[in-house]
Amino acid sequence: MKILVCMKQVPQKDAPLKLNETGAWIREDVSYEVNEPDAYALEEALRQREKHKGEVVVITSGPARAQQVLREALAKGADRAIHLEDDKFVGLDAYNTAKAFAAAIKDEQFDLIFTGLQSDDYGYAQTGVILAELLGWPHATIIMSIDKTDAGIRVKRELEAGYFQYVDMPLPAVLTIQSGINKLRYATLIGIKQAKNKPLRKVSLAEVQPAIGANLQKIERLYIPQKTKKTEHIEGPPAEVAKKLVDKLRNELRVL
Amino acid sequence: MSDAILVVVEQREGKLNRVSWETITAGQAIAAATGWGLEAAVVGAGTATLAAEVAGKKLAKVYALESAKLEPYTPDAFAAGLKQFLTTKQPKLVLMPHTYQVRDFVPKLATAMGRTVISDCVGFKHEGGRLLFTRQMFQGKLAADVSFTGEGPWFATFQNGAFRGDKAEAGAAAAPVETVALEIAEGVIRNKPQEVFKEAKQAVDLTQAEIIVAVGRGIKEQKNIDIAKQLADALGGDLAASRPICDSGWLPMDRQIGSSGQTVAPKLYLALGISGAIQHIVGMKGSRSIIAVNKDSEAPIFEIADFAVVGNLFDIVPPLIEEVKKAKAGG
Repeated sequence: MKILVCMKQVPQKDAPLKLNETGAWIREDVSYEVNEPDAYALEEALRQREKHKGEVVVITSGPARAQQVLREALAKGADRAIHLEDDKFVGLDAYNTAKAFAAAIKDEQFDLIFTGLQSDDYGYAQTGVILAELLGWPHATIIMSIDKTDAGIRVKRELEAGYFQYVDMPLPAVLTIQSGINKLRYATLIGIKQAKNKPLRKVSLAEVQPAIGANLQKIERLYIPQKTKKTEHIEGPPAEVAKKLVDKLRNELRVL
Repeated sequence: MSDAILVVVEQREGKLNRVSWETITAGQAIAAATGWGLEAAVVGAGTATLAAEVAGKKLAKVYALESAKLEPYTPDAFAAGLKQFLTTKQPKLVLMPHTYQVRDFVPKLATAMGRTVISDCVGFKHEGGRLLFTRQMFQGKLAADVSFTGEGPWFATFQNGAFRGDKAEAGAAAAPVETVALEIAEGVIRNKPQEVFKEAKQAVDLTQAEIIVAVGRGIKEQKNIDIAKQLADALGGDLAASRPICDSGWLPMDRQIGSSGQTVAPKLYLALGISGAIQHIVGMKGSRSIIAVNKDSEAPIFEIADFAVVGNLFDIVPPLIEEVKKAKAGG
């Protein structure tokens, strides 16, 4: 099984975000981490390789700092990495990002492509589905299990409100992976050492530029959300907060 | 191209997914702001009854888009069928609710038409003749106003609860319904879906709980969940959790609140160590009152809390349990 895992580097969950001078993006002097659902996608790819033999390749697009995500993936056991490296990749919409990936992998022959179900920064949940359409492959989203069958794979799709559905699919296919599908492994010291010698191919923006077009959507402005709710802060030492809360529960909310 | 808005409603097994009424409310609001026409479409096999139900709302027309191949749902059939219809009809704007099913096919449909989707919107603005779609970014920490920079049809999906389904205006008379037969060729559908099922017997139905105490990552370790349970017991409520807690196996999946779990609207929702990620909030923002305890003053949960305690839950919860017990004992 040759599996490609598309990974994204996003600001850390608790990073304090500030707007940049354009007001349409954030200042990038924050700490970054791997997009959480992508970590589950990588783990799933590594487990599939353990079961069925093959190769796990990781790909990301972004500035030089994004290489960290690939290094960590290689340290966990991925075989090789592809880095579409340029600051300008950050500004591409999902459609163009998918086009760039498709261009970068055009000479490869993957059986499966995984993405996380959505990113922690944009939260669009589109790149994987768009990539499937560009490649002409079947896809399924929000996947909680993958099993090999004679005709391809059987996947478990998560639906709302605790429902699930199995789907039989041919290969090759694109799957977007849901967090919680497995338990994440840690990179070992040996893995970190071995990662240094694993192939990392860099792809420039110029190489994929012919495949990309103008963005079809634009963030006009970013801002701190306007609050519609009136929030009352309960302050003081814990014992006092506890008393104040019980007072609210009894007299305002009437649940005691 | 006509300047019309098309709302594509969602149905599951012959019943309208109620979130579709919210999308119609959204469509009516955008139509009022822009002066564009508003129509709706039902997609599936045997949609006549549903189309008639939708036609009761204030809409210029309802389309019943029919093909036996649309049942059961597959992304291949939905994308192919809708592409056929939209290529002819060419509405300016296509609206859908941001459901798991819509997420599964609308990016494919838009890409097949060389177009784009602005997903999971919470509102819109109409300023200087331009339509902007508002959505949350960075797990709710920031909001973005997003514009379409290309040609229509434009696609946008709305988050659960962004509009009120009960505010969808009824029409003076039933809207005309047109049935359109869609052609989906052999070999287009590649996925074979099986029956939809619920995993485990739901041991607890949180939708019936009046009081919910929910824990998030701030609880740090499985053994700490016990103090949350004690608080829930003292209040006479139920224990629940955000997704990461259930993913780690610290609480069973039927305790999960959020888009993949249960959607609740209790009298009181007490969120302990929950940051307020969008996928969680959509499952509880309808709660009558929300109390949030989190040591991060910037946590998005505070956007929707009625009462906020910025502090360490391990300092706050033990005395709170005592005070609740005292109050209940008549203190």
